[in-house]
Amino acid sequence: MCGIAGIIYRGKTGDVGRDMTRMLQSMRHRGPDSTGFALYGEPTDLLVMRFKLADPTDERDFEFTERLERNRREVEARLAKLGATIDRVQGESEYAYRATFRYSGELKPLADYVEDVPGAEVLSLGHSLEIVKDLGDAQTVARQYHLDGFRGTHAIGHVRMATESDVDIAGAHPYWAYPFSDVAVVHNGQLTNYHQWRRRLERQGHRFQSECDSEIIAVYIAQRMEDGLSLETAMKQSLDDLDGVFTYLVVTDTQLGVAKDEMAAKPLVLYETDDMVALASEEIAIRAVVNHEIDTYDPYEREVLVWSR
Amino acid sequence: MTQTSTAPEETRTGPRVDQRGLAEPDVTAPKTAVITGERAELDAAELTTRQINLELRRLFYEEGISEVLVRNPAARHSIAVGLLTRCRIRIDGSLGYFACGLIDGPEVHITGRVGWSAAENMMSGVVVIDKNAGSLTGAAIRGGDLVVRGHVGARTGIDQKGGTIIVGGNAGSMTGFMMQRGRQIICGDVGPGLGDSMYDGAIYVGGKVASLGVDCVEAEMTPADEELIDRKFRIYGLQRPDRFRKFVCGKKLWNYDSLEPNERKLVL
Repeated sequence: MCGIAGIIYRGKTGDVGRDMTRMLQSMRHRGPDSTGFALYGEPTDLLVMRFKLADPTDERDFEFTERLERNRREVEARLAKLGATIDRVQGESEYAYRATFRYSGELKPLADYVEDVPGAEVLSLGHSLEIVKDLGDAQTVARQYHLDGFRGTHAIGHVRMATESDVDIAGAHPYWAYPFSDVAVVHNGQLTNYHQWRRRLERQGHRFQSECDSEIIAVYIAQRMEDGLSLETAMKQSLDDLDGVFTYLVVTDTQLGVAKDEMAAKPLVLYETDDMVALASEEIAIRAVVNHEIDTYDPYEREVLVWSR
Repeated sequence: MTQTSTAPEETRTGPRVDQRGLAEPDVTAPKTAVITGERAELDAAELTTRQINLELRRLFYEEGISEVLVRNPAARHSIAVGLLTRCRIRIDGSLGYFACGLIDGPEVHITGRVGWSAAENMMSGVVVIDKNAGSLTGAAIRGGDLVVRGHVGARTGIDQKGGTIIVGGNAGSMTGFMMQRGRQIICGDVGPGLGDSMYDGAIYVGGKVASLGVDCVEAEMTPADEELIDRKFRIYGLQRPDRFRKFVCGKKLWNYDSLEPNERKLVL
């Protein structure tokens, strides 16, 4: 089933970590397997990289912590080797980390080199995007990663009921558009031409971190924006290119967009005011952050809507 | 804007469920409604879904109350479901999914909007929704009137087996999908695939039709149709569009073709 949510504050920052946690927790019944956040903090000239070196389900053998420590040092060494000036690397949970560094080169070689470290997976990379995802409900993940104090401009989130791939961090949304800076996607639905698109994008040189169909949406959109299209045009093209049922949210450093398939098979409720836009699979999630009766509407089939922060 | 959570415990941690999957099996009616004669007022703010529904049952079945006002529903799912008696309910605000499902008799007025599958499988009664409704509105209803003054989502009245669905605004794709009996009156525009695979019944559309579904055809409006629409609109005080078009089943899918395509070639 899965539940998705998005929030964008217009012209200001807000308690985006706390708000997104509340929205996702109220939709816990839509997907108890894993919860993920794509949060946008204040943009800086530093790059932020969220990465993990193990999975929560990995076996804790005798060497576990030593191996993590060794691999973390290896990631730092590789960043330095590529010319990045490391500002800070801190552990966010037992196996997930947040690194900030200065770097002006291309992102793909950097992400590829980091992911070559055993067990490493780059969850997000950009100047303001930070993806946090793990097993359990929103409160569990938010507590584990201390998201309560996270302030930012916009965010999307996802509660997952796994249908197409495993219950692990690689199968959890949101997906970063590897290797494009600051683009992420959450998706509710199934894509039936996933394998075709995956092969097509792989032939163009892209690589994928998971077996999950949703990941191709992120890379598809980001590639089209790289080719010069606007977010809105790229999303409109996706309605013809992607087969299956979907409501997906995509975020960039400045925008948040939503697209629905031609049958409007998956739900979405939209609430818009002068100072915020909130969207979710169920109104109850919006009411978790807006404490009064509200007017909302459901976008129709083939609708694409984009907002800027 | 105040951004404090008022969600009750239930939505934060999920309802308690027993081994058979029954939600909150040991909960009883909270008895918090304020009763004045035959009327009662229920503040739902601090109650769980199950408590609200148990309290409604207590009021109608045990206390003999005929009219209840529910405040602070906070867009929660499955409110006022399974009520099998004549009664009046006014919901002051919006509801989530499965609002007023499986009812037989109640007259419900919801001043806000509803999520997916409102009044699903209603047998009789009236449900009036002042604002928008989600998809699958009036799924499989068998009787009664369901009135949405705003817009509705996709697949309105899917598998409808009776009753009347009236929509003041627009409707999404596959409206009247597989409907088998009953009527739908849509004042605004409808999305693609109107009346797809419908067996019987009638859909009246006041606005534009994006496209017709499989085996849905346009029919002549009769004086009886006009009279029915006039009557229903008078009851609910709705603004009537000047002209309606009527859509019915083309009856081409009523019988299966017993021959396979290659067999048919041989016969011909």
